Amino acid sequence: MLGWELPPHNSGGLGIACYQLCKALAKKGADIEFVLPYTANHSDISFMRINAAHPQDVQEVLRSGIAYDSFKYVKKTGEVQHIDLFGQVAIYEQAVQRIVQLAGFDIIHAHDWLTCRAGIRAKMLTGKPLFVHFHSVESDRAGQPFGGNPLVREIEEMALMIADRIVAVSEHTKKAIMREYQIPADKIEVVHNHYDPSNLIPESTDGNAYTYLETMKQQGYKVIVNVGRLTIQKGLPNLLQAFKLVVDHAPKTLLLIVGSGEQRNELIGMSAELGIGENVLFADFQRGKRYRDAYAVADLFVMPSISEPFGLTALEAIGYGTPVLLSNQTGVSEMIKNALKVDFWDIGGMANKMVGLVQNAPLRDELHRNSYREYLSHSWDDSAGKLLSAYQQHTLEAAA
Amino acid sequence: MSKAIALYLHVHQPYRIRNYSVFDIANQHDYFDAPYDDKTSNKRIMDKVAEKSYLPTNRRLLQLLQDHPEFRLSMSITGTVIEQLERWAPHVLQSFKDLTDTGRVEIVAETFHHSLAFFYSRDEFEIQVQMHKEKIQQVFGQTPQVFRNTELSYNNDLAYWADKAGYKGILAEGWDKVLGWRSSNFMYRPAHTENIRLLMKNYRLSDDIAFRFGDRNWSGWPLTADKFAGWLNDSQDAQVYNLFMDYETFGEHQWEASGIFDFLDHLPKEWLKTPGNAFMTVSETIDAFEPVDYVDVPDTITWADTERDLSAWLGNGMQGCAINAMYELKDAILNTNNLALIEDWRRMQTSDHYYYMCTKWFNDGDIHAYFSPYDNPYDAYIAFMNAYRDLRFRLQEYGVTL
Repeated sequence: MLGWELPPHNSGGLGIACYQLCKALAKKGADIEFVLPYTANHSDISFMRINAAHPQDVQEVLRSGIAYDSFKYVKKTGEVQHIDLFGQVAIYEQAVQRIVQLAGFDIIHAHDWLTCRAGIRAKMLTGKPLFVHFHSVESDRAGQPFGGNPLVREIEEMALMIADRIVAVSEHTKKAIMREYQIPADKIEVVHNHYDPSNLIPESTDGNAYTYLETMKQQGYKVIVNVGRLTIQKGLPNLLQAFKLVVDHAPKTLLLIVGSGEQRNELIGMSAELGIGENVLFADFQRGKRYRDAYAVADLFVMPSISEPFGLTALEAIGYGTPVLLSNQTGVSEMIKNALKVDFWDIGGMANKMVGLVQNAPLRDELHRNSYREYLSHSWDDSAGKLLSAYQQHTLEAAA
Repeated sequence: MSKAIALYLHVHQPYRIRNYSVFDIANQHDYFDAPYDDKTSNKRIMDKVAEKSYLPTNRRLLQLLQDHPEFRLSMSITGTVIEQLERWAPHVLQSFKDLTDTGRVEIVAETFHHSLAFFYSRDEFEIQVQMHKEKIQQVFGQTPQVFRNTELSYNNDLAYWADKAGYKGILAEGWDKVLGWRSSNFMYRPAHTENIRLLMKNYRLSDDIAFRFGDRNWSGWPLTADKFAGWLNDSQDAQVYNLFMDYETFGEHQWEASGIFDFLDHLPKEWLKTPGNAFMTVSETIDAFEPVDYVDVPDTITWADTERDLSAWLGNGMQGCAINAMYELKDAILNTNNLALIEDWRRMQTSDHYYYMCTKWFNDGDIHAYFSPYDNPYDAYIAFMNAYRDLRFRLQEYGVTL
């Protein structure tokens, strides 16, 4: 299994999805060797072997920042070097090339374009079936169809053509792969993500980290929360526009935005320009308790994404007791029927639903109760089972 | 014909807000207490400015006052900087007192908190002016006679107020758009007033010292005291050169290596060489010269940026949002009679907070970036608004629901 990140060193859903998927696969008997591009202590993970792919003269590879930032190489000589993303992709490919010649395996499973070159190399060298697993496509990240970095698109296209099987995290993503790269539908398997309830950590006894928001709630305020990267695909300018309408109708509403990204400053400025500066709070990227408590403090979780391949955070929100408003352009909206839904461009509709929810406690409770039931009815077991049978199909074919 | 230099230096430090996050709101109210190694640490900045500017400059000014009985200057010093000096650097405050003890250094009136309250609440403004007056009387034993408003902001309304309040003079930027063909080197009378006089900053000569002094690409570089005195002597058309600038020009904005202290050391001697030349405090200037005309300033001017307006403080949405939020709290805060809460609210009125949120990066922005302890204007806004929310939170104890 070729991956780019695992918790706690993840910057988003990719690492969490890989971790929970592998756990479910291992439970069903899969023997997994997971190859990461950086060095980290994962002694808490016992259900699979974790390997760091780095060049032989390198002692340690450290990630600086998020998945799309540079990597720091510490050589055996003590020398330090920073390598950008494309350089890192190439180094990972070379290192994986060495690793595959040392170990035996039946399937190559590569997650996202970052590991695709390594996956193709492994297939070339061993002839084993290649699964490429798309958690997002470049046009999602760019926020527009046929958009994005042409170098990334080239890697994606090549991998999709060469792969024996393609895994998409949603119908939304499957359609994007077909639209962007003219891949036939029957080559693509939709395997939904999930958020394993066992990973939900109960709220600690020392209270919610957002003391102020809790206090304001006692004063009759309602809190709407968004958690995610502050980047174009997430559709946050539309959320702010809609939230302005919400404040016009329900002044006692606060919006908490948790995350960082290149749109941060634009969004901060915009909230002030719109005259809702007092109602919008920004808490930068958070982990641990402060991350979890953001879901718990919310009356409503909003995911206004322009294009969201899946959207694990919506499941986390439901898991932590909060109903969700999803754009129709999210993968998770295929799975959760009991959610408020709106097109990402429909600012009036988004505002209308937010106001409706914050002013109506029975709606909130009913919506959450049903979404929670729905959330529990899905599991990684289903997804892992689906994947294993696809594996078997290809190993049998390979043997025949 | 005799000519005077009216040198006026402005001393100010704000209480900078630390990177006060959403998790701090309702838990701790220590907005102004950053750890010492943080960029927003007020003590650290005070230590640095005292060492680089206040102490060496005061040492020289005192020497000049001793060497030249004709040497005089004026100063303004805000309440927020006096308090910080009292707390962390009493010896530096003493060095300022040594200057005023000569009887030849005049202190100018302003708001205690270096605020823009005049434009938002006249009552609050008057309280802050009174607080400043009392502090100056207590620390320096003087009662200011001449007024300046924060950032040298000025308009007809302010002059009218200062006239009624009994000030004999008021300071403003000698901006071409209000002076027209006239020169800042004369005494004026503000429009619609009776007794008060208007002293207008000669911004070209002031900025030669305050901004251009160390600029090697400037045609006037290197600027020496005799060269500068020569420029002033050559100009026929002048009664008084109003040289107004930040005190921190000496040693902080212009570093010691630029030669700024040598310039200061030699300026009195070079200027006084010519018979009839004098130094005057702002009050002495007002007593010495008759107004030549009146100046009408319906729109607010300041001493900042190429626009000379309030846009560096109030020009974008974040700044507007922040300052409006502050003054909306006024009645609720004052009604609490909680002095600590009121004082925190007043400290957040200091204009510097809004200046840090300025996004005019491209021309004046480099100046703004130099003066900001934050990485960018957005961080400044976030910290401020979180502190504001905490003020609101503290109001709840008094039954105020907002």
